[in-house]
Amino acid sequence: MELENINPNVFKKSDERIITEKEWDESCIDPIDAREVFDLIRSINDPEHPLTLEELHVLEENHITVDNDKNEIRVLFTPTIPHCSMATLIGLSIRVKLLRSLPSRYKISVAITPGTHTSENAINKQLADKERISASLENSTLLEVVNQCIASRSNR
Amino acid sequence: MPQQLEVIQKLSVHRGKVWSANWHPSGKMFASCGEDKTIRIWVQDKDDWIMQAVLSDGHSRTIRDVAFSTCGNFLASASFDATVSIWDKKGAAFECNSTLEGHENEVKSVAWSVSGNFLATCSRDKSVWVWEITQNCEEFDCAAVLNLHKQDVKKVIWHPHQDILASASYDNTIKIYKEDPSDNDWICTATLESHNSTVWSIAFDKTGTRLASCSDDCTIKIWQQYEVGNEEGIITPDNEPVWKCVCTLSGYHDRSVYDISWCKQTGLIATACGDDHIRIFRESETSTKNEPIFEMETKILAHKQDVNSVKWCPSTPGLLLSTSDDGDIKLWKFNNA
Repeated sequence: MELENINPNVFKKSDERIITEKEWDESCIDPIDAREVFDLIRSINDPEHPLTLEELHVLEENHITVDNDKNEIRVLFTPTIPHCSMATLIGLSIRVKLLRSLPSRYKISVAITPGTHTSENAINKQLADKERISASLENSTLLEVVNQCIASRSNR
Repeated sequence: MPQQLEVIQKLSVHRGKVWSANWHPSGKMFASCGEDKTIRIWVQDKDDWIMQAVLSDGHSRTIRDVAFSTCGNFLASASFDATVSIWDKKGAAFECNSTLEGHENEVKSVAWSVSGNFLATCSRDKSVWVWEITQNCEEFDCAAVLNLHKQDVKKVIWHPHQDILASASYDNTIKIYKEDPSDNDWICTATLESHNSTVWSIAFDKTGTRLASCSDDCTIKIWQQYEVGNEEGIITPDNEPVWKCVCTLSGYHDRSVYDISWCKQTGLIATACGDDHIRIFRESETSTKNEPIFEMETKILAHKQDVNSVKWCPSTPGLLLSTSDDGDIKLWKFNNA
């Protein structure tokens, strides 16, 4: 298969979360925050390159919002090129990883960073349609591709 | 003061999302279906609803919708496996006697015409199929394949008195169809455009001259039919009735509205929303045909996740059925019905 974006920009990974004494304190109220959501999805693999979505700046921590009062999580992702045909698959992988990892009370939305893709509205509508998402996850071929993107590098 | 909408019973037997549930025309039985690829039949035993049967050998993927025939002797199920199964009700048992194949991928909705002459199905393949039913549901012949929507078709419903069909789609529109008496071809007589996103579900009122729709754009719309030669002087091209959006209820729902049910007895409208709530609307006393007014009577946090379907009972006023992604089915009593 021919690569669409032969030479993507690669960025430095963010540092690991610093573990402090507080992390061991059971009584500390510790709601899920943007960094925690970012940590869940930063290592998702790009379908084309042997790189993570973080290294390609498809995902950035400051594009994730968490509203714990409304139980809403919103993730914006930025395709590396504006006509990337993999954008739907990337969005689906992010959504599936979050659906599997986060408590079911959260309403999760995954959308393209405004202005970064030529078919932004069509892809966002598809990623927001829970019936299509459910049906696509019963398609074993597609599910295998999604699972490969989600599988961490060390397991490959 | 008691809550306006009270839960009577919670049924937690499905595994995973419960996509839909539908009443038997008697109102004494209903069927539910979902992600676990099963259909469950529920009947009333004194005050409790109990499970009478599990139908688990019909489909290989999610069952999206179920519907009883008007005569009450048959059940149809629509699945993501691209097929529709027809089940014969034999006393307390159900037997699958036909499988309808033809759709290319996920079947999203199934509906029986009130006359008993037709069955309609729709799919992600953008088509609506009309099946003609021979006597006693022994055979289903394809009467029409309607390829008029530009995207997946989410819902099909029949008019309460005539063989008129309506469909709702991901292409943001609703379409109305009927059989052309001159050549028995099915034709689209109207396209209803006003929603800004997917139309998830539609419901006729008891007369069939009004239609309610719910959408991913978080609104509810009420549509009025104007006959040829209507007194309002609204132009009816092609000598077919036209449908006009006469009311939009916005600002009530916070997320996608997945289902809407218009009670044929009380006139109440119930909605199932992605914000986990059920809302009940009543037409105001000052409402008119051309400028209807609907007011929200109540809003309740109904489930732990998205509410996927709501259905008013056809026999007991104020009895409501709901299903959710949280795996539960709930029965509700609306106290001001």
